[in-house]
Amino acid sequence: MLKRVHFPASLLPYLLVAPQVIITLIFFIWPASQAVYQSFLIEDAFGFSTEFVWFENFEYLLQNDHYRDSFGRTIFFSAAVAFLSMSFALILAGFADRVVRGSTAYRTLLIWPYAVAPVLAGALFLFMFNPTIGIFPYLLEMVGYDWNHYLNGGQAMFLVIIAAAWKQVAYNFLFYLAAMQSIPRSIIEAAAIDGAGPTRRFATIIFPLISPTTFFLLVINAVYAFFETFGIIHAVTQGGPANSTTTLVYKVYNDGFIGLDLGGSAAQSVILMFLVIVMTVIQFRFIEKRVQY
Amino acid sequence: MVENRPLLSILAHIVLLLGVAIVALPVWITFVGSSHEAERMLQTPIPMLPGDQFFVNLRQTLWGSGLEGSQTAPVWMMLMNSMIMALMIAIGKIAISLLSAFAIVYFKFPFRMGFFWMIFITLMLPVEVRILPTFEVIADLGMLNSYWGLTVPLIASATATFMFRQVFLTIPDEMLESARIDGAGPMRFFWDIVIPLSRTNIAALFVILFIYGWNQYLWPLLITTETDMMTIVVSIKQMLEAAEQTPQWNIIMMTSLLAMVPPIFVVIAMQKLFVQGLTETDK
Repeated sequence: MLKRVHFPASLLPYLLVAPQVIITLIFFIWPASQAVYQSFLIEDAFGFSTEFVWFENFEYLLQNDHYRDSFGRTIFFSAAVAFLSMSFALILAGFADRVVRGSTAYRTLLIWPYAVAPVLAGALFLFMFNPTIGIFPYLLEMVGYDWNHYLNGGQAMFLVIIAAAWKQVAYNFLFYLAAMQSIPRSIIEAAAIDGAGPTRRFATIIFPLISPTTFFLLVINAVYAFFETFGIIHAVTQGGPANSTTTLVYKVYNDGFIGLDLGGSAAQSVILMFLVIVMTVIQFRFIEKRVQY
Repeated sequence: MVENRPLLSILAHIVLLLGVAIVALPVWITFVGSSHEAERMLQTPIPMLPGDQFFVNLRQTLWGSGLEGSQTAPVWMMLMNSMIMALMIAIGKIAISLLSAFAIVYFKFPFRMGFFWMIFITLMLPVEVRILPTFEVIADLGMLNSYWGLTVPLIASATATFMFRQVFLTIPDEMLESARIDGAGPMRFFWDIVIPLSRTNIAALFVILFIYGWNQYLWPLLITTETDMMTIVVSIKQMLEAAEQTPQWNIIMMTSLLAMVPPIFVVIAMQKLFVQGLTETDK
């Protein structure tokens, strides 16, 4: 933590940490504590009076069907995004690891979607699936399937899932490929001498050895799907139709800025903060294990 | 490769090329759309091969008044806003994290660990979970519709501070000992030894943070209520809404393309630094 050789205490170190600490206090700690405080209040519709109500906002939320639905939906959405983008990335990384020449070229061709903003990923998929001009609704119509994600909740959910998964493939691919390339070649060669074919080696050696990476990516993808997909949902479906794509973060925004329900929105924020803390702890506890190959 | 199986190698290339094609398809369709006339984009099926209007559309999008009825600023202005925001966030985060990591690693002072944990907590408070109260703070400080309001609340960074702390811990103690014998004070040591030694880490982090800054969406959406402060990423949503009345898909797709090009260019041009930055910041 501290260097064995270091400078003595003076005013200087305080000046050095000051910018970071001041910003943290004003824009992080203060608003977060405000959120906690407001989550215990109920304000009437005109903002004339506020009442301190302890956990009433939380009780209301946890009994509210809309909130519980949105919770379940967010978990389904995250699981689907993580599964889809991780399995796609795993297949590609498995083959890229085999390729002798050109694996760097494939890496270049596959990592750039990381740089695309979520809202743009949403826009790109909207262009492809727009019921009037999109290419996929056109093709689907030829086989007799009617696509309109503005009306069909299941289709809307499918669209935001593939848009979110598309953007995350790059990240998963990069980490899977790095994990596979760090497996000692001697292990793989020994298995090959013992007569294990490529599929067998993948299933019994490579996949178990990269399981720490799989777990790490699972956490990262869950955090991504929970918190960073707001842009996709805002651009593609706006939580609709009939709330069928309203995730927890979208609901905080919607209830707070559109619905102006301060207490309810703050209580939702507090629940989300708790979720982030849990996820961060899982991520940190696991980091020591991640390097043991 | 362990054994020589030409068929399997061919299969590997086929699967990888298919993967690349699937990943690139959405951008290809957008590129094709941006190279046709507005009328052509309203006939189904939409074209799958580029047309000849790319540069016409590019000029109209960049310097024209933008999309009719979308209430967005001219595209060149939004690109400039995005660039300023991304640079301010990246440079700001790096600067304050370098300073605080230096203080925490190289000084012994009261409340040192307290400050460290306070910075650590920011990791657990992404902007998405404290939207409304943070917005109120910015509004109270009169920072709406300003570059400061756009960037300063996003500048505190636990990950960058941790990364620099890690880097500084690998600098040998002898460096400081000899610097002190030569009569260097703390700031001299910081500028002449610490910064040059962490140059590649700074560059790698810059790549990641530039992309992070450029792609910000929720925060600029709330903070910029005037059109001339709008960033390009935020404008896409406005354009999609306007498309329901004036379907100028070629202009919308061109704008999307322009919004993607700078961060993608950074990733591809600085791939090595990008990969380094990505793996380092997530530790």
